[in-house]
Amino acid sequence: MRREPPRTLADYLPLFFPAGMLTIFFVVPFGTMIAVSFFQRQQGGFYTPAFVYDNYARFLSAFFGGVLGFSLMLAITVALCCVVLALPFTYLLTRMSRRVQVVWLVALLSVLSLSEVIIGFAWSTLFSRTAGITNILVALGLMGEAKALTPSFAAVLTGMVYQAFPYTVLVLFPALVRLDPTLTEAARTLGASPLRAFFTVVVPALRNTITATLIMVFIFALGSYLLPQLLGRPQHWTLSVLITDQAIYQSNMPFAAAMAVFLVLVTLGLVALTVLAGRRGEAA
Amino acid sequence: MRSRRSPSPPQGFSTSWYGEIFLNPEWRSALFASVTLALLSAALAVAIALPLAWFLWRRVAPWANIFQLLGVAPFTLPPVITALGLLTFWATAGFYGQPWTAVVSHAIFFVTLPLVTLSLGFTSIDRSLVEAASTMGADDRTIFRTIVLPLILPYIVSGYAFAFVLSLNEYIVAYMTVGFTMETLPIKIFNALRYGYTPTMASVTVLFVVTAAVIFSLVARFGDLPKLLGAMSSDGK
Repeated sequence: MRREPPRTLADYLPLFFPAGMLTIFFVVPFGTMIAVSFFQRQQGGFYTPAFVYDNYARFLSAFFGGVLGFSLMLAITVALCCVVLALPFTYLLTRMSRRVQVVWLVALLSVLSLSEVIIGFAWSTLFSRTAGITNILVALGLMGEAKALTPSFAAVLTGMVYQAFPYTVLVLFPALVRLDPTLTEAARTLGASPLRAFFTVVVPALRNTITATLIMVFIFALGSYLLPQLLGRPQHWTLSVLITDQAIYQSNMPFAAAMAVFLVLVTLGLVALTVLAGRRGEAA
Repeated sequence: MRSRRSPSPPQGFSTSWYGEIFLNPEWRSALFASVTLALLSAALAVAIALPLAWFLWRRVAPWANIFQLLGVAPFTLPPVITALGLLTFWATAGFYGQPWTAVVSHAIFFVTLPLVTLSLGFTSIDRSLVEAASTMGADDRTIFRTIVLPLILPYIVSGYAFAFVLSLNEYIVAYMTVGFTMETLPIKIFNALRYGYTPTMASVTVLFVVTAAVIFSLVARFGDLPKLLGAMSSDGK
């Protein structure tokens, strides 16, 4: 049975349900959101159909500029930390036996599937004064007295790196599995230390993968909607947190929708960059 | 925010907090809501992904790839966007807050997972098997039932498992669509956080980790986990 183009209506039949579902419940909601972003907000949380740019005009404020700048900076920092940590980790993981690999993959998937509520809850406990890790340091005599480490920027960063690390490993995993092992063997035979082989052979060979991974983790980190709120102060809130806050607590749907549309544009721009980086990788 | 009601962490060792999840009516109903939601939405996600993946494998129709892209999009975009889109949609359609809307929302949000595993499953089918059956006179239906389905069954199961575990843990989409009428476990934990630390919250968290680990171990036991993950990101880009 060769692949054939669909001819009769019956050939298209299997496509109806998935195409319908995705159109009605993804494309239409997306359109609804874009429409709402131009609506006029009314007092009391309602909005009326209109065509105003007010919601987008609010982006021009210094406050919004600050939030946007902080969100981008935080996501870049998270992406860099994750890739720096995950690259050697994943490289070593691919050199392990299959059994060890499977155990690690199960553990990474389990962490990855945890909701932000749980990650935030766990880290806020670990960083608390009464039950936190500082108590261990006190017991070891390394610290005078236990103190709270949250809310702080470091707490937000730790939580987000913890959340994005498994994702980074899983994105890097396929490329590193396929990496030709003879490359490093050759480097080792020629007298390079394992560390030197890693930095002069593995890292350059994966240049495009690393770029693509950085962008993907960056997008992933941009999506974090609770950790900055649970572990940080209001000045650590990101665009995603602000959208949730405007939609749920301030009941300003049009403004939330406008910010979401903006976030989509930023994300799509980055996805396009990832695809370009990937293309260049294939060509090289 | 939290420490007002619980000045010190609970002391001593007790397993009764795990019982609390099943005995306390509030936690029990949240557990029930979460499990029901995860079971149904994962099934719907597979029901959307299976015919789509089959069609893309069976037919030459480049324009149909747009639906593949639509299936991957909700998972690639920041979750707040899908959540807000669905919130405005359900509010406009007049169904806001009804429990079944959460099932549809989660199915769309997580359709990426079965779609990716199934696409991988189909590419791993040896086409000469199908061709042989076809020459012997089997029609599409018979081929699907006797050859295709048994070969992709592991991929259906793993796609379902991924969608199930992630739906169980999902917070923002559930919160934005049914947060005011229904409490799933993550919503319940988040709401409980405001009133202080209770050991039950920690027990539920441990339960989540164990459930995820058991389900992924089963996927690894009966399927090829490194292979599944090896294709995930190259497709998921």
